[in-house]
Amino acid sequence: MQAYTEKIREAAKRLLAEKKVDVVIGFRKGTMPLMNEPFQARTPEQADLLVWDGNCGINLANYLPKRTEKIAIVAKGCDSRNISIQILENQIKREQLYILGAPCKGMTDKRKIQDELEGKEIFQAEEAGGQVKVSGRDFEKTFNRSEYLQENCAVCLHRNPVISDEMLGEPVQEQQVECYEDIKQIEAMTPEEKRKHFDALIEPCIRCYACRSACPACYCPTCFVDESKPQWVGKTTDPTDTRTFHFLRAFHVAGRCSDCGSCERACPVGIKVRQFTKKLEKEVKELYGYEAGMVQDLRPPLDVYRPDDPEPFL
Amino acid sequence: MSEWEPKVITFLCNWCSYGAADLAGVSRFQYPANIRIIRLPCTGRMNPKFILAALRHGADGVWVSGCHPGDCHYIEGNFYARRKFALLKTQLEYTGLIEPGRVHFSWISSAEATIFADKARKVVEAIKALGPAQHFIKKQAEVA
Ligand code: SF4
Ligand code: SF4
Ligand code: SF4
Repeated sequence: MQAYTEKIREAAKRLLAEKKVDVVIGFRKGTMPLMNEPFQARTPEQADLLVWDGNCGINLANYLPKRTEKIAIVAKGCDSRNISIQILENQIKREQLYILGAPCKGMTDKRKIQDELEGKEIFQAEEAGGQVKVSGRDFEKTFNRSEYLQENCAVCLHRNPVISDEMLGEPVQEQQVECYEDIKQIEAMTPEEKRKHFDALIEPCIRCYACRSACPACYCPTCFVDESKPQWVGKTTDPTDTRTFHFLRAFHVAGRCSDCGSCERACPVGIKVRQFTKKLEKEVKELYGYEAGMVQDLRPPLDVYRPDDPEPFL
Repeated sequence: MSEWEPKVITFLCNWCSYGAADLAGVSRFQYPANIRIIRLPCTGRMNPKFILAALRHGADGVWVSGCHPGDCHYIEGNFYARRKFALLKTQLEYTGLIEPGRVHFSWISSAEATIFADKARKVVEAIKALGPAQHFIKKQAEVA
């Protein structure tokens, strides 16, 4: 995947020099190992800072809504699906965008690697040939990247971009995996067990809303958490408020979530918030045969109806 | 102490189910007094926030009812509602916020007063069987 780096830089320089776009959204090397940071290159010189490897998990589509410039953006499978949703929801115009499609092999889960190191700090990380070598004071360890992917990437079914103006590489083979294993486990629990499971899951939540802010499908001018008349969710970390927040956040992205995992990645206390959204993704697929952003022009499922829709709630 | 009686917040659409409740009253049909009716213009107005708010304020159950699909006063309001309800009910149960049987949905036209009274009995019975809904009521605020 690092081969994309050269291609991204070349494309960025070309597009910026020809004034086809005002800005190129991609990644540059982060100040922390295993964490690249989103970067907006505005000049051909800045384009040399753009990079690509397995630490580009953040969904760049989050930087598009309501922008007015002409933008080139590097898009993985998931980013591209969120971009199509944003186009449908009038957050950005297709004509404004030049999409550099990045067929993806999954992003590394920094936390999973860190967990193997008994608290030792990583100073450096290098990625080559499907392996990540991390090192710090008195240690060096190599990991197979495929075993240390973000959970959403491990079960991702759409790694190739669905829209692009230029591809950065050959399409990758899509995975054949059972993607609802953990959801089915929860479904099989009793109501009491479910309640306990989710209460324990969100117990550490500090309500920082990073999961919401990182999400490319969250762009309401006023989020429900900020509404005050009436106030639908209290501002405390009382369990009821936190439950309300998580329930509604997930519901608001129902049928619009690409399972990009940015929410989970952003959470400072490591809450697996995808357990809320993944269930809705499964329901939407089963009930309406819809997968977010896969087909251009197909509006999200809560925005349309069919006269013969199923009524499992009666 | 008298037997515990559940409170059931009931959202009815103005054009059909509210009419059914009205007709049931005018016709002197008996139905349990546990339901507290809130009138909506249309089930399309129904928002998940309303259900959560009802539970948070101590309701033991929620019932939402509107026109039959195809008979919406606004042509398609309940078609949209239907998709919301399908996802909403599964998600409420999946996340353990409610047990199956606490939140009910139905389509009842303004002529179906007997069906309304009958459904009201069934809803209240089901919620009674589950007992009071406690866990979604906010507690911390009272201490502070
Ligand atoms: S969710 Fe899919 S497309 Fe997105 S980063 Fe993971 S593997 Fe790549
Ligand atoms: S809810 Fe999470 S996984 Fe879904 S689109 Fe938003 S950030 Fe991505
Ligand atoms: S990012 Fe994590 S801690 Fe912050 S609000 Fe979301 S789940 Fe809670």
